Formats: sequence, structure tokens, C-alpha cells
Amino acid sequence: MKRITDLDAEIYDNYEQDQEKRIQELDQVTIRFAGDSGDGMQITGSQFSATTGIAGNAFNTFPDFPAEIRAPAGTVAGVSGFQIHFSREEIHTSGDFADVLIAMNPAALKANHKDVPRGGVIIVNEDAFTPEDLEKAGYTSNPLEDDSLEVYHVVPVPITRLTVEQLKDVDMPEKEKRRSKNMFALGIAFWMFDMPLLPTEQWIEKKFAKNETLKKANLLALRAGYSFGHMTELLPIHFRIRTAHLRPGLYRSITGNQAISLGLVAASQLANVPLFLGSYPITPASDILHELSRHKNFRIRTFQAEDEIAAMASAIGAAYAGSLAVTSTSGPGLALKTEAMNLAVMAELPVLIINVQRAGPSTGMPTKVEQADLLQALVGRSGESPLPVIAVRSPADGFRKAIHAMQIAVKYMTPVILLSDGYLANGTEEWKLPDLSDLGDFKISFRTEIEGFAPYLRDEHLARPWVKAGTPGLEHRIGGLEKQNITGAVSYDGENHQSMVQLRAQKIMNVQKEVPDAVVLGSGRSNILLVGWGSTFGVITDARLELAEEGIHVDQVHVDYIHPLPANLGDILRRYKHVIVIEKNMGQFAFWLQGMYSLQVEKFNQMNGKPFKTSEVMSIVKALRSNI
Amino acid sequence: MKIETLHYSKSDFASGQEVRWCPGCGDYSILSAVQKTLPELELEKEKFVFVSGIGCSSRFPYYMNTYGFHTIHGRAPAVAMGLKISNPDLSVWVVTGDGDALSIGGNHIYHLLRRNPDINVLLFNNAIYGLTKGQYSPTSAHGTVTKSSPYGSLEEPTTPACFAIGSGATFVARTADVLVKHMAQLMAEGYHHEGTAFMEVLQNCQIFNNGAFDSFLDKEVREDKTIMLEHGKPLIFGKNGDKALRFNSQTFSLEVVETAKVAPEEILVHNAEIDNPVLHAMLSAMKGPDFPVALGVIRRVKKPVYEKLLHQQEEDIIQSKGKGNLKELLQGGETWRIDDAVVDPVLLQ
Repeated sequence: MKRITDLDAEIYDNYEQDQEKRIQELDQVTIRFAGDSGDGMQITGSQFSATTGIAGNAFNTFPDFPAEIRAPAGTVAGVSGFQIHFSREEIHTSGDFADVLIAMNPAALKANHKDVPRGGVIIVNEDAFTPEDLEKAGYTSNPLEDDSLEVYHVVPVPITRLTVEQLKDVDMPEKEKRRSKNMFALGIAFWMFDMPLLPTEQWIEKKFAKNETLKKANLLALRAGYSFGHMTELLPIHFRIRTAHLRPGLYRSITGNQAISLGLVAASQLANVPLFLGSYPITPASDILHELSRHKNFRIRTFQAEDEIAAMASAIGAAYAGSLAVTSTSGPGLALKTEAMNLAVMAELPVLIINVQRAGPSTGMPTKVEQADLLQALVGRSGESPLPVIAVRSPADGFRKAIHAMQIAVKYMTPVILLSDGYLANGTEEWKLPDLSDLGDFKISFRTEIEGFAPYLRDEHLARPWVKAGTPGLEHRIGGLEKQNITGAVSYDGENHQSMVQLRAQKIMNVQKEVPDAVVLGSGRSNILLVGWGSTFGVITDARLELAEEGIHVDQVHVDYIHPLPANLGDILRRYKHVIVIEKNMGQFAFWLQGMYSLQVEKFNQMNGKPFKTSEVMSIVKALRSNI
Repeated sequence: MKIETLHYSKSDFASGQEVRWCPGCGDYSILSAVQKTLPELELEKEKFVFVSGIGCSSRFPYYMNTYGFHTIHGRAPAVAMGLKISNPDLSVWVVTGDGDALSIGGNHIYHLLRRNPDINVLLFNNAIYGLTKGQYSPTSAHGTVTKSSPYGSLEEPTTPACFAIGSGATFVARTADVLVKHMAQLMAEGYHHEGTAFMEVLQNCQIFNNGAFDSFLDKEVREDKTIMLEHGKPLIFGKNGDKALRFNSQTFSLEVVETAKVAPEEILVHNAEIDNPVLHAMLSAMKGPDFPVALGVIRRVKKPVYEKLLHQQEEDIIQSKGKGNLKELLQGGETWRIDDAVVDPVLLQ
């Protein structure tokens, strides 16, 4: 797979005036836009990624923004970044390194240049390299003038000045004109990778439909950046990524939070039952609340509750009234919901709890990635409180997982936890839109028959009937006190309690019937198995494929259903001499597997707030092999 | 909705489950008042839902032959919100206590009152934690001696009605377990109020706080120590109506006067329906020995009702945007088509 850093440095030399610029074909590129959090880098990055998709590439993105809404301008703490990995082949990660960095100020350069490998291209906005800005970024000398960047191909561009100059006829204050500089930078990037401006032009026209001046300014800046790329001697070459071999179909770009939200809308439409979301704002889950709040014409009812507990409790009330009930949160919120979740366990009501994990404990690092809520989700409640736990493996995967999790909740009359994380939540990938007829049935039959009714009757799955409060003749009481099976009468009988604890556990184990078998990826002949769950699917897959290119064959299994586990997983794990569980925590899934199957596994853990790098996963395999 | 064929009796609302409050508990008479009131409301039985938290009061739903949900400590208002939003046709009653509503659930009750859904709240105030066997509560008098305050509690008690008014409640009333008829009347009024009806029921805990309200509810002193508010009626109380309330604009406070000694126009007339909550708060805060304790409907004002706004907004959006179309939603934003393995991308928008 050819990338920029594989090219000789000479490609940037030997440029003669008026000569047509050369085009170099590449297989994959990772580009990172970085600037001040007010510089519009998120918009720039998402426009670039959408265009790579439109241009027929596979892509995967990772936004990295500061926790502070407006950290002090010009400081390293205030740097916002957006990385796009795009390729001619299917890819699964946002890229280990940035082949190209576009840095809008010294702080952005400082915070990011270490992620650019030797031979990478760094485009900087040289106008921002004033003594004042250099000092804010903590530079003692100007990196553009010393030799600290000599291993890179550095392209200094007066982005601010050229943008303002281009907008000289636009009637707006200079300060406003400067704000279009992100479009200038985007224009350079489009030229650099031979990509069309049209999608972004159309986006600008739509976004600024009501503001002629801003529309004009952004269009002018975008086109000026593109022309600059074409004209400048600093970039004698540009690149083209051959289009990807994707399955035919209609595609869009989607984040994990969007995919989960749309999955919930789809579930509600399939079931023809209104959806209720009780939620309290929390990073990085709030976008689920935002997205669903926009779709009231689907009879989606969103309730911004007074706190996490009320968000969960209101969802329980909604379930009792017969809504498809959901709450969305992150780790600290999940902790607060715990007691109410147990009420749903005891009352046996279907509620979907979405936990978009972040780095903890406590407030931790709200915008950073971690998978350390696994044990909290599995066992972090008082009493014996089993419930299904399902994990999302990629941004687009959230769509089907949300539907399936909701179906399981209803079929088994149980709360279900769906785990996502900050990487999936904000990362994007291309998503092949599903055929609606492929989504399957979601038939819900509420109990209305009076004859023979009892609140804790059991069906063949051990689920109790779902009765909408308000149904004539089925008045009954439920609650958190232990119930006698079938009748639902309050019971303090010890033997009844024991049988109810076992019954609730068995009911959740019955969910295994809904869990697809685990699939071994790879040749199946290795003695090393890489095991992951959740957002590490992409990076473990890429690592396995790249290792295979180097002649090192390992197998991979990715577990989406954590409780109950796939029925065939134990047999798979036992076939391997080395089972390496890779996760962004201290080994929680490893602990779970060891407990479930009484086997020893090896662990690879990391808690640095960032997604794994492909190279890191590869090196753990290499290290293991060298020790065998 | 009124349906003429509904002829329920009190016994239709009894679940048949053995009632397990202590003998002599005030909760019995509250249960009786509710079971007596519901048939008069002429609503289908299945539409009633009683939602409770934790505490003695919260056993209530088990004794009602209606839908009922005994939830978790303090969170009944939040469960009730989800119910009411999902099905506005339900008549939702939150049954709670002074600890459940004002200590662990203070946040939820505040937001319930502020949002004003059409939910009825019955707050059984016995000024003690009964189910945990007698600790002081947020409404216990300063100095109350309990197991957790053997040398007397250090806290100032809160006044539930004042809290409710401060939270923006649209209907605030106070009654007591000993006022059997009054309780039933008030519950009916609360039911008919559109919006959250907050009803405090002073309730005697015979075991842990016996006689907590005797100083003004005891039959011997009741007429002198309480005042029954009625909208539009002068604020007169005492045996033979010998005492009255007057507003002193100099001190911005209420004062008790002898009815015979003041001109009738000086006597304050109760207006439960004014938006300005100041006087309602003053009436709520009155306590002995200098003032009578106010009973009855303190405040009853009209404000938008949360779930009505929510469903109206939903209808309006469906009107303007049309019913949601899943296919269009999924295709929202930019889409592109990949035809065969590698072909020119087609921009569809």
C-alpha cells in the first residue's frame, strides 16, 4: 500500500515554471487538519471526509477536540484536530500517523507534528507564526526558521493574508474575512489530492443560503486555496488515490452517535411504537440526544431530564406506558443510573441504556477514548442483576446494533446495555445504506387479553407479558420489591427469591439464542488469536491484515455480544495456544473471559485516551512471536 | 373523559392485598379518602396509575386496584414523567413522603413542579422517617429527638407548600389525615386541575412521631390554630370566626386581628388564582404559636401543561414537515453511489 512517506524527497524538487504539475498515485493517505478550537477544523475535516467518500474512497475519521469549549486561543490546550484516513481499499481505522498535517497556528504544529512520520508533508499557515503566537504555543524559536522540522516537507503558506486578499471586495470586516481561512486550507487539500470542489461548494451554498456575504466569502476562499495549490512552486506534485473497491450501493458518511440514533428511529418505525428517549447531556453521548430531538415527526419523544437518574427513571415510566424506551449516557451517568436500572431488572421492563464510554474514573478525560466501563456494565449493580450487554464495533455498526439491542430488550423484557465509546461516537466512516426490507421484522404484541393474565406469567423465553398501563382489565402493580413468580405479589420468601434470582439469570442466558456465532477472521490456522470487543475492531483488523502482508499470520475474533457471549466462543478460544485480549482498559474483558471459560489469556492494555495504533497492535504480536 | 356508564364504588379500587401499615397510622384514612374519591371522578379505572417512591407512604400503590408502580427512593416523579409523556390520557398520581419527596427526591419534585405536567402529587408529611424506624426528616421540627438525633436535630425544617410555590407549582394545597372529608374534596380538586397538583397531607405517625401536629390539629384547638382557605372568601378563623388575617403593607407581612375590631374591608380575601405567588407563600409559611396553619387550596393558577406542549409540538412538526420517512432520513446529508467495483462517483445531490 503506497503512501506519501514511501516517496523520495526529490519528488518535491525539479519543478519548472509553467510545467504541468505531476500526479502521483497513492493507495492511502492520512491527513490531519489542526488549528485553534475556533478555527473551524471540525467542519473542514468533515467536509474533506465527505468528499473522499464522494470521490469513491473508503474513509475513517477521528476528530480530536479539547474538552474546553474555548480554551485560550493560540495555546496547545486549545488545539482542535480532525484526522481522515482514506484509501482505495477498505480501511478500519483513522490511521496511526498523519502523512499530511495542515497546521493553522504554532500550537497546532506543536501539538501534532510528532504524529507526522519522516517524509510527511506539513502545510502551515505562516501568518500565524508571529512572536506572540509562538510564545503562546510555548516555542522559544520559530520552528519554520530552525531545523527542527527538517525531516518533513514543510510548505509555509500565508493562508490568512491570501484569504483576506481574496476577499477584498467582500463587504465584511477583516476579522470576519479571516474566519474563512479554513476554507482556503481545505481548498489546498482538495487540490493536493485531486478531489472535486463541487460537494463543498454545494454544502456552502446550502449552509449559507440565507447569508449571501458569508456564502460568497467561503466560496471565494475555497476556490482560492485550490488555485493556490495549482500555482505555487511549493507543491510541485499532487496526489490521487485510486477509487476504492467498495460494494456497489448508496453510501453516506456517518458517526457512531448518528448511526445509533438512526437505528433507534428505524426500530421505532419497524415496530410502529413511539420511541422515548430520557437523557441528560454528557460528553460524548449528547449527540444522540441532539440527533433524536430533531426527529419529532417520527413521534420520537425526547425528554431532557433533570439528571441521569431521572433520565433512566423516565425511560422506565415510558416503558411501563408502552413506549420503546431508551436512555443515553457515558460512564459517570451510567453509575448514577445504576439503581434505576435495577428497578427495570426487577420490574422486567424493556429499556435500552446506551453508554458512550469515555476515559474515567470520575470526570476523567471526557473527550478521550477508553473501554473501561465494561465491568460496570456487566456487574456494577447491587444484588444479582444480570442484563444483556452488547458492544458497537464501528461507527456505522451502531445502526444495526441499536435495532438488535432494542429487539432483545422487548423480546426478553429486560434492560439492555449498548456500549459505544468516544472514538465511535465522533469518528466517521462510509456507510452503505441498508435496504429497508433487509432490516427484518420488529413485531411487538402488547398483552390485552384478560383471560388467564398474571403480571409475571412467563413465555417460552421466560419473558413476562408487556402490558401498556391503561389497558382495560389488566390493572396490576409492579415495583422493586421481590415478586412471587407468575402472580407478581410481593414476596419475602427466601426460596422464592432464590428461584427468582435464578430465573432472571436464566432469562438473560436465553438471549444467547439471539447472539450470532463468533466468527474467526484470518486463515484459522494460526496458533495466535487476537480478541477484541467494541471500537478496537478496526485497528485489530488492520493489524492482522498488515501482519499478513509481512507474512505473519494471526487469527482474530471480535466479540460484539459480551453477555451472553456467543455460544461457540469458548470452543474457539480453547483452540489457540495464545489468546491475546486487546482492550483499552486494565484487562476487563480478559477477566470476564477467564471467569467464563476458566482459561488463561494474555493481555494487551492501554489507557492513553487515544485509539490504538495499528503498529502498536502489530508490535505486540511480533513481541510475542519473538518470545515463543 | 366522562363516560356515563361508569359506576365504580370504593371497593372497586381496593386491591385486596392486606394493608400493612401500623395500626392507627394516618395512611389508612388517606387510602380510604382516595378510594372514596376515585369513583366520583368518573374516569375508567384502567386510566389511573399510582406511582410511588420508597417509604411507608410508598406502599400505597399495592393497595389500589389500579395500575401501580412502586419505584425507587425519590424517583417517582421522574417515572411519572415518562408515563405521562408516553400516554397523556392516564391519570397519574405520585404518592410520596416528606423524606422521599423533599430529601432524596428533592431534585425531581422540583423539576416536576416547574414543568407542570398534569400529574397529582400526594405528599404524606409525617415529619419523620418511619420505614427506617425513626430518623428525623426534612420537615422535622428543629430539636426533634430521634435515633439519629439523640440530642435534638440541628436542622431547620422545610415547609413543603413553600417549596412547591418556590418551584413554580400551579396548584398547592394542604390537608390532614384527620380531615376525612376535606382530603377527599381536595383530591378531587387536584384531579380537575390541569397541571401538577401538589397536595400535602399532614399525617400522623403513631409510632415514631406521634402527635406531631396535635398543637394545631387537635380537635380542641383546631379552629383557633388553623385557617381553612377558600378562594374568594375572607380569611377568618377561630371559634365563632373571631379572628382574621390582615396584610400590613408597612411590614410587608400578615397579622392576626380580631374580626370585630377591624373594618371588614381590612380583612384579607383569599385569592388562590393570582399569578403573584408572594401572598401564597406567606400563607403557606404561617405557623403557630402566632399564626394559624393554612389548610385548603393555597394556590391554583393556569400555566401551560408540559405533555400538552410536547404533543402539540409533535403535531405541529408533523404538520409542517410531514410524517417522518425513514428512507429519506437515512439518506439525509450527502450520499453517493458506488456502482460497480470502481466507477466514477455520482454526486446525487
